[in-house]
Amino acid sequence: MSWKHKHLLGLESLSRQDIELILETAKSFKEVSSRDIKKVPALRGKTVVTLFFEPSTRTRISFELAAKRLSADTLNIAANVSSTSKGETLLDTARNIEAMSVDAMVVRHSLSGSVLQLAEGLKCSVVNAGDGCREHPTQALLDMFTLQEKFGRIEGLKVGIIGDILHSRVARSNIWGLTKLGAKVTVCGPATLMPRGIEAMGVDVCYDLTKVLKQSDAVIALRLQKERQQDKFLPSMREYSRLFGINQAKLNEGSDHLIVMHPGPTNRGVELSADVADGKQSVILDQVTNGVAVRMAVLYLVLGTKE
Amino acid sequence: MGLLIKNAIIVNADKIADKPQDILCDGGKITQIAAGIPAGKHEVIDAAGKKVLPGLIDIHTHLRQPGREDKETIETGSRAAVKGGFTSIMCMPNTNPIIDNAMVVEFIVREANRVGLCNVYPIGAITKGQQDGELTDMAELKASGCLAFSDDGKSVLNSRLFRLAMEYAKMLDVLIIEHCQDPLLTAGGVMNEGVVSTRIGLKGDPGIAETVTVARDIEIAHYLNARVHLAHMSLKRSCELIRFAKSQGIRVTAEACPHHFALTDEACSNFDTSTKVNPPLRAQEDVEAIKQAIADGTIDCIVTDHAPHTKEDKEVGFDGAPFGLIGLETSLALTITELLKPGIIDLPKLVDRMSTAPARIVGLADKGAIKQGLDADITIIDPDREWTVTQEGFVSKSKNSPFIGRKLKGLVEYTICGGKVVYKV
Repeated sequence: MSWKHKHLLGLESLSRQDIELILETAKSFKEVSSRDIKKVPALRGKTVVTLFFEPSTRTRISFELAAKRLSADTLNIAANVSSTSKGETLLDTARNIEAMSVDAMVVRHSLSGSVLQLAEGLKCSVVNAGDGCREHPTQALLDMFTLQEKFGRIEGLKVGIIGDILHSRVARSNIWGLTKLGAKVTVCGPATLMPRGIEAMGVDVCYDLTKVLKQSDAVIALRLQKERQQDKFLPSMREYSRLFGINQAKLNEGSDHLIVMHPGPTNRGVELSADVADGKQSVILDQVTNGVAVRMAVLYLVLGTKE
Repeated sequence: MGLLIKNAIIVNADKIADKPQDILCDGGKITQIAAGIPAGKHEVIDAAGKKVLPGLIDIHTHLRQPGREDKETIETGSRAAVKGGFTSIMCMPNTNPIIDNAMVVEFIVREANRVGLCNVYPIGAITKGQQDGELTDMAELKASGCLAFSDDGKSVLNSRLFRLAMEYAKMLDVLIIEHCQDPLLTAGGVMNEGVVSTRIGLKGDPGIAETVTVARDIEIAHYLNARVHLAHMSLKRSCELIRFAKSQGIRVTAEACPHHFALTDEACSNFDTSTKVNPPLRAQEDVEAIKQAIADGTIDCIVTDHAPHTKEDKEVGFDGAPFGLIGLETSLALTITELLKPGIIDLPKLVDRMSTAPARIVGLADKGAIKQGLDADITIIDPDREWTVTQEGFVSKSKNSPFIGRKLKGLVEYTICGGKVVYKV
C-alpha cells in the first residue's frame, strides 16, 4: 500500500485503502503523544500554515500540535485579520502565503469547494480542515479511528449520525468514510434539516431517535447552530432537544456497548445532556486525543508524497 | 446591386427545399427566389452543399450595456450574435440604468444601429427600476422600440402587480416575459437542489421555486385571457404544466436554453463557476423532458439567456459568483449536436424553434422565414462541420462558458442581415 495524494481535500475522493492507510499510520503516531518527549523529526524543516477563515479552537490547535510533534514549523493565520478583508481573493491570499515557501496549508473556509479551488491553484499541499457544508475529512478520520479503537473494526458497525445533516460537513465526510469501510450509516434529524436525496449517498434515513439508538453501535451527535432556529428550520431549540437531543433516559434504550460521539463544541442540553456528555458511554475526549494522531498521519503522508 | 445567394437549399419551418434555388436580396429585402438568377453585378455567395436558414432570432440575451461594459457591449454582443448565426436579438432590461424609460431604449437602438451588425430589440422592464413596485410607462417604451417587457433576473413577485402588468400589456399588444422563480423558495440556493447539491454541500435551489410561479402565471393568463411568455424553462414539471395549459387553450408560450438540455447538475460537481446559472442546471430527467418539450412544441423556442460575466466576477468561488453563462456562439451548434443529430428534431423544426417561432411570439412579422418580400436576414450553415469550443475562439467580451473543450457539430458559414454579409467564417 502506498500513498499518492498530494492533498487531502475530502474522503469522497479517497479509496478504502487510502483511508485504512491513514488510520494505520495514525496508530503508530498516537504513541508519540504519550511519550515524555512528544516529538519525532519526521517533518523537520517543513513549514505548515493553518489558514482559518472560520473560528475554530479544537481543529486548529489539533493541527498545530500535530505539525509540531512532527517537528514542522507552524504558523497560524486567522483570516478575519488577513488581507481577504481588504478584497483580496482566497486564492490570491493563499498564493502570497505560499510564495514564502510553505509546504502545506491547512485550510478552513465557509464556502463549499473552496479548498478544491486552492488545491488547483497552489503548488503546496492543501489539507481541508472544513469547507462549507462539503467535507471535514480529518474529523471523520478521527471518528473512524476512535470507532476502530473501541470496536476493533469498522466493517459491519451500525453508526447513527444525529442532527443537522443538511449543513454538516462532518456528516458528509463520515458518510463517505464509514460507507467505504463497510459500516452501515443511518442519518437522523429533523426533516427540514435532511438534505434532499441523501439516500443516494448510501445511507438510511430515520426520524425516530430512539429507534436509531436501539439499533446502533455508535452515534455521532452533530452540533446544532443556533441560527437554524432563526432560519425557521426549527420551531424551537426546546422542541429540537425533545426530539433529537440525547439524554441518559433515551440512551438507556440502546445497547450497553453503544458509544456517543460529538465533533464539538457541544451545546450541552441541546444535542447531548450533561450526564451523557460526561457519562461512561461518551468518547468525546478520546476523539480529541485521537485527532492529533490522525492529523499527524495526514500531514506526514501528504508531505511525503512526491509528485 | 444586391446580394445573390446561389445554389441555396432553403430550410423554412414548414419544409426543406428539395432542390437548390437562388435568393436575391436587395434593399434589405428578399426580392426573388428562383433557379438560375443571373449574377449580373450582384455580390455572389455560393451556398452549394450548405443549408440556408432564415436568420436566427434570440429573444433572451443580456448585453450589459449600459452599465457593465467590462462584461459585454452592444458591439461585442452583436459580434457574438452574428458569429452564432443570429440576425435579431433581444436584450433584457437589467442593465444600469435599467431599461425602464425611453432614453435608455433610444440609446440602445442608436448604438445597435451604429454597430450595424444585427437587429437589437431592447426589452423594457415591467416595473420601474425592476423594483416590483410600479409599472413602467409601457406605451412610451413600446413607441420607442420595446416589443416585450420583463423583469428578467427575477420574478414580479407581487402577484397583483403581475396581473395588472398582463392586463396593461394585453391592451398595448406587447409581450410579457416572466422569469419564473419565487425567491422565498430559492432562499439563496446556488445550484439545483437534489442528489448532487446534497453530495457536494452547496445550497440547493428547489425546482418548486420555478414551478409554483409557472402555475401562478398560467392561472393569471387564463383568468385574463392574456398572453404570457415563460422564460428559460428548466424542469420536467414546468413542461407538464405548460402542456396542460396549452391543451386548455391558455395563451402561454415558453422558451428553453441549450445549457438546460446539454448539461445536468452533475456539471457543478467540480465547482466550475461557469456552470452556475439561473435557473440552475437540473437533473437528467429534466434534460430529457426539455428535449421532448422542444420536439413536441410545448417549448416554443430556444433562447440563449446569454449572460456574460468577467473572470474577476466569476473567480470568487461558487457561492459568491454571479449566475449566468454565455451562449450566443454555441447555441446553434449545441442544438444541432444535442437535438438535430440524435433525431429529436429535424432541420425545419430547428428553424421554427430558433427563428420562426420567436419572430411570431414577439411580433416580427417580416422575419422568421425565407420568402419573397420578407427581410433579407439569412444564416448559411454547414450542419455537419465539427469544431471545438475554445476560450480564445469566443468573440464575446466574456468567456464564461461551461462548454469550453466540447466538440460540437454545426458551423455558421455566413450571417446576412438586411441583405448585408455581417459575418463570414
